[in-house]
Amino acid sequence: MAAQANALSMEELKEKGKVLRRLIIRMTTEAGSGHPSSSLSAVEVVNALWFGGFMKYDPENPTWDARDRFILSKGHAVPVLYAAMAEAGYFSTEDVMSLRKLGSPFEGHPNMKRLPGIEASTGSLGQGLSLGIGQALGARLNKNGSNVFVVIGDGEMGEGQVWEALGAAEKYKLGNLTAIIDQNGYQQTGATSEVLDLGSFEEKIAAFGWHTQTIDGNCQESVVEALEIAAKVTDRPKAIISKTKKGFGILPVLEAAGDTNYHGKPLSPELAEKALALLS
Amino acid sequence: MYLGEISGLKVGQATRDAFGDALKELGDKYPQIVTVDGDVGNSTRTEVFAKAYPERGFNVGIAESNMVSVAGGLASTGHIPVVASFAAFLLCNAYDQIRMSIAFPGMNVKLVGTHAGISIGEDGPSQMGIEDVSLACSLPGVAVVVTADAVSTKAATAAMIEHKGPVYLRLGRPNVAEIYSEGDTFEIGKANTVREGDDVTIIANGLMVAGAIDAATKLAEEGISARVIDMHTVKPIDADAIQKAAKETGAIVVAEEHLAHGGLGSAVSMVVSQTTPVPMAYVNVGDCFAESGDPQGLLDKYGLTAAAIVDAVKKVK
Repeated sequence: MAAQANALSMEELKEKGKVLRRLIIRMTTEAGSGHPSSSLSAVEVVNALWFGGFMKYDPENPTWDARDRFILSKGHAVPVLYAAMAEAGYFSTEDVMSLRKLGSPFEGHPNMKRLPGIEASTGSLGQGLSLGIGQALGARLNKNGSNVFVVIGDGEMGEGQVWEALGAAEKYKLGNLTAIIDQNGYQQTGATSEVLDLGSFEEKIAAFGWHTQTIDGNCQESVVEALEIAAKVTDRPKAIISKTKKGFGILPVLEAAGDTNYHGKPLSPELAEKALALLS
Repeated sequence: MYLGEISGLKVGQATRDAFGDALKELGDKYPQIVTVDGDVGNSTRTEVFAKAYPERGFNVGIAESNMVSVAGGLASTGHIPVVASFAAFLLCNAYDQIRMSIAFPGMNVKLVGTHAGISIGEDGPSQMGIEDVSLACSLPGVAVVVTADAVSTKAATAAMIEHKGPVYLRLGRPNVAEIYSEGDTFEIGKANTVREGDDVTIIANGLMVAGAIDAATKLAEEGISARVIDMHTVKPIDADAIQKAAKETGAIVVAEEHLAHGGLGSAVSMVVSQTTPVPMAYVNVGDCFAESGDPQGLLDKYGLTAAAIVDAVKKVK
């Protein structure tokens, strides 16, 4: 049975990040739809979790009871998860090119019923942290040492259910639960600060009694360091506010295209070519 | 005058009480059972279980959305969560969470809506789940069960835990007439004929089964032989029992403590209209939000009575 996934070195991890980015662009351009920019902001976090030695999992046995769980609450960013799982060996990198196509299990949002290894069906924002609480409580009852990681979008923090969950996780002192807020600053119609400014996530989440950190979420070293710190905290739930940029890695291409939000649309084949060249 | 009194049925426990007792008994046999509660466990009776198994009872506060999704997470780690709240709050407040965290991934979660119907009485329309069956039935893969008395509720609770996949169990607040005896069979998806008859069939569930038995008693005095079917499972519905009743009795009345739309009446009509068209009539709350008042007064005012069922029978015969 697979134990902790082998941790890549920082150099290897950064190289893996580029591989994930290239896959995200290729699969969304091939699909002709999807959310590449929302996926790209979360690459360093997903990369560190899956390949930095922070999660235990076994692609050969995806239902292994003691595995750690990864929930992508911002389900529209699922290309980053498909890319990581392909690289981890759950399926091939060519399989994911069927993204969003009729009959493919690589749906536009995660569907655990159709794809082994997906731990939560998401796509209606706001539910991931609550599902994570359930899994963390379940792991505690099962006494198997399983940890739960939930990636939440900053626009998604507008959902009241997230704040219900913050209170409940603290009540049950879920030291096996880590939430990562991917604060890329944009949501569907514009800047998160303009649509609904919730102020400091760190102050608010800390006020619920959680362990909190705020980091540069597109700096691979910072992400790894923050996850190392969080791993040592076992008496309460942990949050990492990961300040990122939507479309990180291909920003010059998006800027040239005149749209740094670039929400919910794929790169054209021409733009994708430029982006892939930037990431080669 | 209570539903069932005309026929001499004795008043027994409320269905919520029977559920609480049954769940506690099942706790030993099924160590996977956990409860997730939105701070109404003393009303829904999940508190009975949580007191017996404190490490398996979770109260997440007045937060139905979180409550339902937490249950989805617990189910994905192999547990059997029983989530109870007032039917109105469970189905209406947390509908999207039921849809996405439970129904869509097919999680083995048992949803229990108590205080359903207008018979909760004085607390009024904000607390009355009268659209809950419609909402539950609209979710793919969710079994929907409405029990009529305490004995069948105990059996239904056990059957619900045995059932693989999501179930919605609808329960009421007041004490209700005893229709079944210990040992009577209960199977999800299989209706029970509680009174034989040849001239007309009354299909009912919940406390309207007792009303239907009373109506059959009154009709018998007039020489009309009414069959009474307890259609405790609205989804998947027992189409065979409905078709047989339509063929053998030629007319059907459906009685339920629910809105006119999307409940048992709709479900029975779908079967009848597609297979065995016969005259039909309906007894239900109609298309309104009801009001505060004493439970019996409400049932009388909104036409959930044996007399209303008798009138409906006369429309179709």
